[in-house]
Amino acid sequence: MTEAVNLGVILLCHANLRMAARMARIWADGGARVVIHIDAKAPASDVAEMKQSLSDLPDIAYSRRIRCNWGRFSLIEATQHAASQLLETWPETTHVYLASGSCLPLRPIADLRAFLALDPNRDYIESVDTNEVGWVIGGLNEERFTLYFPVDWRKHRKLFDRCVEIQRKLGIRRKLPRGLTPHLGSQWWCLTANTLRAILNDPRRKEYDRFFRRSWIPDESYFQSLARRHSGSIESRSLTFARFDHRGRPYQAYDDHLQVLEEANCFVARKIWPGATQLLGYFPRPAGPGPDPTPPQPANIERLIARTVSRRILGRPGLYMQSRFPRKDSENGKTSAPYAVFQGLTDIFPGFEDWLRDYLPGDVHGHLLGPEMVEFAGRPEIGPGALSSSAVLRDYDPQGFLTALIRMTEQMQVFQFSPRDNQDLNWFMATDPNAYLFVVTGAWNLPLLDMDMPFDDIRRITAKLQRTEMELLEVLNSVWVKARVQLWEFNDFIARPQAILDKALGQIDPDAKPVTKLPPMRDITGLPEHLQRLRNSGLHPRLTGDQPITKASHILARNNI
Amino acid sequence: MRSLQNLPVPGRLRRRIERQWLIGRAIKRRHALSLISDRTGQIGRRDILAFVTQRNERVRLPYFLDYYRELGVRHFLFVDNNSTDGSTDYLKAQPDVSLWWTKAGYKQSRFGMDWLCWLLFRYGHGHWCLTVDPDEFLVYPHCDSRPLTALTDWLGDSGHRSFPAMLLDMYPKGALDERIYQEGQNPFEIACWFDPANYTIRKNSYLGNLWIQGGPRTRTFFPYDPKSGPALNKIPLVKWSRRYTYYSSTHMLLPRSLNWVYDEDGGEMASGCLLHAKFLSTFAEKSTEELDRGQHYANSQEYRAYHAGLQDGARLWCSESREYRDWRQLEDLGLISSGNWP
Repeated sequence: MTEAVNLGVILLCHANLRMAARMARIWADGGARVVIHIDAKAPASDVAEMKQSLSDLPDIAYSRRIRCNWGRFSLIEATQHAASQLLETWPETTHVYLASGSCLPLRPIADLRAFLALDPNRDYIESVDTNEVGWVIGGLNEERFTLYFPVDWRKHRKLFDRCVEIQRKLGIRRKLPRGLTPHLGSQWWCLTANTLRAILNDPRRKEYDRFFRRSWIPDESYFQSLARRHSGSIESRSLTFARFDHRGRPYQAYDDHLQVLEEANCFVARKIWPGATQLLGYFPRPAGPGPDPTPPQPANIERLIARTVSRRILGRPGLYMQSRFPRKDSENGKTSAPYAVFQGLTDIFPGFEDWLRDYLPGDVHGHLLGPEMVEFAGRPEIGPGALSSSAVLRDYDPQGFLTALIRMTEQMQVFQFSPRDNQDLNWFMATDPNAYLFVVTGAWNLPLLDMDMPFDDIRRITAKLQRTEMELLEVLNSVWVKARVQLWEFNDFIARPQAILDKALGQIDPDAKPVTKLPPMRDITGLPEHLQRLRNSGLHPRLTGDQPITKASHILARNNI
Repeated sequence: MRSLQNLPVPGRLRRRIERQWLIGRAIKRRHALSLISDRTGQIGRRDILAFVTQRNERVRLPYFLDYYRELGVRHFLFVDNNSTDGSTDYLKAQPDVSLWWTKAGYKQSRFGMDWLCWLLFRYGHGHWCLTVDPDEFLVYPHCDSRPLTALTDWLGDSGHRSFPAMLLDMYPKGALDERIYQEGQNPFEIACWFDPANYTIRKNSYLGNLWIQGGPRTRTFFPYDPKSGPALNKIPLVKWSRRYTYYSSTHMLLPRSLNWVYDEDGGEMASGCLLHAKFLSTFAEKSTEELDRGQHYANSQEYRAYHAGLQDGARLWCSESREYRDWRQLEDLGLISSGNWP
């Protein structure tokens, strides 16, 4: 069956001719006829060395050398010359494979021939309509055909961009040749001799050539568009495995990719790092007892590349490091995992932290942002990730502290918060979709009740804490909030704490067990009097809500002042 | 130069003046160096070069040289700052080392950067240059399977001119002098622990670099004065040009575009680590000596703190320390990233 396929190969070489000679030998040894195009810019000594090293192979020819510039029509010209020469020298050729001098065949050439023989009239060329978005990565798409490109991009990048911009502004649009639909695709293809002949001998070829001469990167569009006119059966994929990064640069293969390349079962791979000696020694695999026509299965390597692309473009959420330091609101995830913050509950229930540990599966900390120290669960001196419990050190970079803690731990992080703590992260947490924030307003009043301090000091502290909490509420009520926020006024919470806590914990963990028993509550008997006393001193306590006050205590309070 | 900070000069101009001044200063101070062995004729056009200053590091040198030879460094350019332990003779005998000697002050020479900037200017142009200390060992993504040339080829192809490698302090589990470091030994057999995630980062807008601090030294010696903790950001690998200069140690460079080695849109760029084998049995002795010389940054404040801390048997190890395995571990922890290099 394989006799039906006579494979011809066009090898485009520009640099590293030693490697190219090696590839030419692989193709020729596999029974293919090879026409080599060497860029006219290559040094004569290298060319002579290459020809010398291949002189023992009869089925190798050299086509007219053209100066090739990246992204220009010269590459197409070189291909055309080589293709004509190939079809003239060996008219019995049935398939032509376009490869570069750094494309490495991974499987025996006999496999490729057997694969082509399965459907001998099929053209393997990736060819995507330019109207379908998404093929081009980081470059021009349709404008490749409708604009003019008088300057070389590699040499004059700024001028090139300026040219494009000006033409866009002027609304310049080149006319497409009649009946031609521009298609884009990988520049490496395998066409049947019939299709290739039809493209080369097209009566309108001059017109097409003139059009593509002015297009941008025609090696990704010339054959891809014209094959659509002449081929009876196109399989839109390239048999050469090549992938590009977000800037349009090809990914290279190294020695450690050996296994994943072998699993991919591709015929040809581009491009190989020239120093990957192990790969170059291992591939192409020796021919098995019979040719194996199974098609490529690049799923694994595609996954590897997809992971790399996403790491380069999106990065890992919640990671701040030496080579990823996103500016505000470009984080793609401010933190890496959900976390919960409770404000005011330790003031109402002094034993809240320990109580909560029974209800939530995560790490329940104390006041992580507290003023004296970082209250890690269990109060160790060094917390997860070797984070210090020094408050000074934490306040040096609070955001780094919180994100590192969340990223380093496997369980959900839960911590207490209050207006007494470091407030630098309020906006950060409020705009983070990973945050659950539960706030009982005004609860910070309670510890002040049994504080043995002069009233003036208490009044001063109250004013300060109230201001701090009102600033937080302003943040939490803004339209930018992404966190899941629940706010209760002190009065409402005190009226039915069990139900509210039950609902709150259920929101964090749907499997949380129902709240049946509350931790002991702080004594709030003196609160109405305390608030009234503050009011009488000229301060307006706003966050604790209206406390019912008995007449007697009212008089009592007044008498105290 | 400090006076320039107070003048109303636009940042761009000021950076240019500072850069030229630093290069000029390095050129001027080349006379402080006397040539001991010149093998620079061996340097090939595409070779990766290493630039090192050292003082009395004889015990560390064999492993250091072998480590970087294995990675693919082809030539070492050493400045010996008046060593007395025979390291001069040792380096002189190495076939791939060019050696200069000086007795000028380390501090007065911008902590050795004047000497190295001159050598970089003279020999580094057009090469990928690695500027490290004898106790710094570069680890980069895939370093177990790909040589340094693979990295530099890729960086060059992707249009990068510099590669960041944060300093990662390594320390032993017990007291520093519990296990004695032997010549030629891999220091990370002893000092194999590190802090995984207590690093602080801020951006320096004047030079565009990130200022990274934290780690075991800050945690142990500066918990109440984090600002004085050592800087850990480093950019040791640069495709050098005569127009470049290191600004402060290898922490940052001018022109400042070389410091843009991080992504600000959420993506990750490639980065490595310099494993710092400072905290070995040799440290106590060294810190006493360095303290006497007073030749280190900020009045040797760091050494002072270590000395005080380590006298009463303080250890760097804590229960949250991690044991070093390989570069993949560092990548999972988010200390380095393979970025766009699969």
